[in-house]
Amino acid sequence: MNAPVPNAEARELALAGMGASRLRKEDARFIQGKGNYVDDIKMAGMLHMDIVRSPIAHGRIVKINKEAALAIPGVHAVLTADDLKPLKLHWMPTLAGDVAAVLADQKVHFQMQEVAIVIADDRYIAADAVEAVEVEYEELPVVLDPYAALAPDAPVLREDLAGKTEGAHGKREHHNHIFTWDAGDKSAADAAFDNAEVKVSQHMHYPRVHPCPLETCGCVASFDPIKGELTTFITSQAPHVVRTVVSMLSGIPESKVRIVSPDIGGGFGNKVGIYPGYVCAIVASIVLGRPVKWVEDRIENISSTAFARDYHMDGEIAATADGKITGLRVNVVADHGAFDACADPTKFPAGLFHICSGSYDIPAAYASVKGVYTNKAPGGVAYRCSFRVTEAVYLVERMVDVLAQKLGMDKAEIREKNFIKKEQFPYTSAFGFEYDSGDYHTALKKVLDAVDYPALRAEQAAKRADPNSPTLMGIGLVTFTEVVGAGPSKICDILGVGMFDSCEIRIHPTGSALARMGTITQGQGHQTTYAQIIATELGIPSEVIQVEEGDTSTAPYGLGTYGSRSTPVAGAAIAMAARKIHAKARKIAAHMLEVNENDLDWEVDRFKVKGDDSKFKTMTEVAWQAYHQAPPGMEPGLEAVHYYDPPNFTFPFGIYLCVVDIDRGTGETKIRRFYALDDCGTRINPMIIEGQIHGGLTEGFAVAMGQQMPFDAQGNLLGNTLMDYFLPTFVETPHWETDHTVTPSPHHPIGAKGVAESPHVGSIPTFTSAMVDAFAHLGMTHMDMPHNAFRVWKQLKAHGMNL
Amino acid sequence: MTVNVNGKAEEKAVEPRTLLIHFLREELNLTGAHIGCETSHCGACTVDIDGQSVKSCTHLAVQCDGGEVLTVEGLANKGVLHAVQEGFYKEHGLQCGFCTPGMLMRAYRFLQENPNPSEEEIRHGMAGNLCRCTGYQNIVKAVQYAAKKLQEPVAA
Repeated sequence: MNAPVPNAEARELALAGMGASRLRKEDARFIQGKGNYVDDIKMAGMLHMDIVRSPIAHGRIVKINKEAALAIPGVHAVLTADDLKPLKLHWMPTLAGDVAAVLADQKVHFQMQEVAIVIADDRYIAADAVEAVEVEYEELPVVLDPYAALAPDAPVLREDLAGKTEGAHGKREHHNHIFTWDAGDKSAADAAFDNAEVKVSQHMHYPRVHPCPLETCGCVASFDPIKGELTTFITSQAPHVVRTVVSMLSGIPESKVRIVSPDIGGGFGNKVGIYPGYVCAIVASIVLGRPVKWVEDRIENISSTAFARDYHMDGEIAATADGKITGLRVNVVADHGAFDACADPTKFPAGLFHICSGSYDIPAAYASVKGVYTNKAPGGVAYRCSFRVTEAVYLVERMVDVLAQKLGMDKAEIREKNFIKKEQFPYTSAFGFEYDSGDYHTALKKVLDAVDYPALRAEQAAKRADPNSPTLMGIGLVTFTEVVGAGPSKICDILGVGMFDSCEIRIHPTGSALARMGTITQGQGHQTTYAQIIATELGIPSEVIQVEEGDTSTAPYGLGTYGSRSTPVAGAAIAMAARKIHAKARKIAAHMLEVNENDLDWEVDRFKVKGDDSKFKTMTEVAWQAYHQAPPGMEPGLEAVHYYDPPNFTFPFGIYLCVVDIDRGTGETKIRRFYALDDCGTRINPMIIEGQIHGGLTEGFAVAMGQQMPFDAQGNLLGNTLMDYFLPTFVETPHWETDHTVTPSPHHPIGAKGVAESPHVGSIPTFTSAMVDAFAHLGMTHMDMPHNAFRVWKQLKAHGMNL
Repeated sequence: MTVNVNGKAEEKAVEPRTLLIHFLREELNLTGAHIGCETSHCGACTVDIDGQSVKSCTHLAVQCDGGEVLTVEGLANKGVLHAVQEGFYKEHGLQCGFCTPGMLMRAYRFLQENPNPSEEEIRHGMAGNLCRCTGYQNIVKAVQYAAKKLQEPVAA
């Protein structure tokens, strides 16, 4: 007797598909010390590379003496730019259309710039050799302030560009100018300001910070001179792009270059770019014919790999007397450091900063961003955000608060008044984005109800009225709209490669499956969530679906994982590949059941003959049939590949509220409450989403409350170890409350929008909003980050509030 | 030097300047513990030496001569996960996994120092280990899970 068939609901539960908080498949190896990170990789005959770096921020290299280093037993080579010159590898193209020195060519442009490499038997000998390389410099004037860099008499920082009036993104107006990029309608925005009843403006600096994943960058390069093949294990968020660049640089055919991103210990945008260290290790392996490992230390990581932000912003809002925004103007000077190495889609030199009209229905807007060279490390990245959305959201949210203060309106009320309404979607912003879906009013109401907003305001009013209150209380409220899922190849590319992503699914005869992806996880749990999408689409338990990614020799070409594009782009590729398989499976099932395929219904994991529940074929049975005896004329097998080029970005959103209590004696701030509501459309794994939100909020807390990369007048970075650079611990990290609404994306195959960057984008302005709110009754409209105790204490003193 | 690592006696000649983390990772191929900062701040290299949590990135290998070292590889017993490992899995206490071995080793020792901790005590007791992915909340839950589990009576 056959066992009874479980009902559809029970079968669906057994799949652990979309919507299930499935525990993570990848955890087993991590909790038993069996992860496989780049520094864990060993190869026979492997040598170790270390880098000689510049102690000064700007200077000419007079002489490099390698003798003492080469005399150390165990040292195999010391290479400088002159050694790389014959290979034409001493300069490399950046992702932003500029060039960057692989090893300093005649002069250094920032402190800790790569000057020479040493290759030795082990890392201790390599470190000794680095100390023994003698480099003589002639110091040059250091320029750190981007406004000063544009002064007529400012020193020429990039002598290699002397006389070049055209840059990768248009005309260069000054020897330290990179590009001026603008978006929106200037005359419409100007007209809105000419006719405005109310105008506000605010200058703000979004400080330079570092993403600081716990694993630093590194690689193990191995060139086989006999086969002419190069294999490189690398900490990269975009292994396929690295392969293309390595092939272009080295001349090795792309088919003979294999790039593997193994387990990656956090990325956050820091591991998108291609750093000189990677190139040097590859060159060293080619030169020496042996595997070469390079893993940077923490000081090198913070000092020389991609920083984020450093935007000097001027915002202006025009509005009616009752608070309806009529115009927005934004002017930014962006400090890009010594080489323009930002990772942005090529067509947007300032990334997607022009999402700076936020969640609001603003009829006229104009933004202009000027990129400038300074003597700081290059490589500004979209740190846990999609190409400068973080800066954009910070700007508009700060400006809306400033306007509310000027008008004496509540910050919730002014937002509600200016929100794009649910019925306006799809909505085209003044900057030309077509927002897919949103319901901001519902989300705002949910948050205000959850925290009892009127009660909080009443408590604050009472505290303000009490001269002896030991604390100042502030309430921050922010709504944000992200633009993620880069992106449509008609407008987004990196180095000319369109920003699609890909998936290849193979169903095996016994009904298990293998999916290979163009993305690479750095902790997002792809092995778990991607399998859940396939489980739902194909009726195969997620437990028997294996997900592989990160190896260019097996995975289909994809642009990688950053800008919250895994779910919106690769997630869609999975669904589309699965649907191709589903369509073929339907034909096979129809053949097996001897009916027309239109006479079949799909139910969870099986095709059923319409009107007869007893006649069905499960996906497992279909899989066997596909390999055992495919229908006549049909190609055997059950697999599909899909390259998904999204029709549009996706626009997740959220409403965040924060309550702070500031100690009037010390300036120390206690985050009393942080309530985060996110809407990322369809939710694949709620447990993982919540985890991602906690992580993003914590990184946002770090940026707002303590992080910055301070430089002294000579360009020395003051604070490039974890002794100085603030990474929050268990103790100061607040408790997070999370909530959600679900507004699926109408153009995405499964309605999912992406989430991991939203909490970072949304939380940072929320903290500032709360901090400023604590002082708002004293007339303060803005306070630059980071809001550490000393800076807050100075504000307290300035307002006579210090107890 | 001689040292007992995860219950196995090891006898090795090491350079006096060799750091314990490099000895474990490169001499003994125990790559579970990671190097994140080299200044004792991040805790990714935490191992247990003679009953104490130690950051092995700033500890010389020779300092362990004659000692007992436990690393994440020795935490599970005959294939059965330790309660802290189970807690991290069940409570989603990890994302990229890089800090996890150090977190687990600290949690293992912390729960012996304080078997029934409050949330605040967990946050202070674990504060020497940094994580960039999880926001800590789920790690706290993982430690609470393990504390509870460790106090359950062992089945006869």
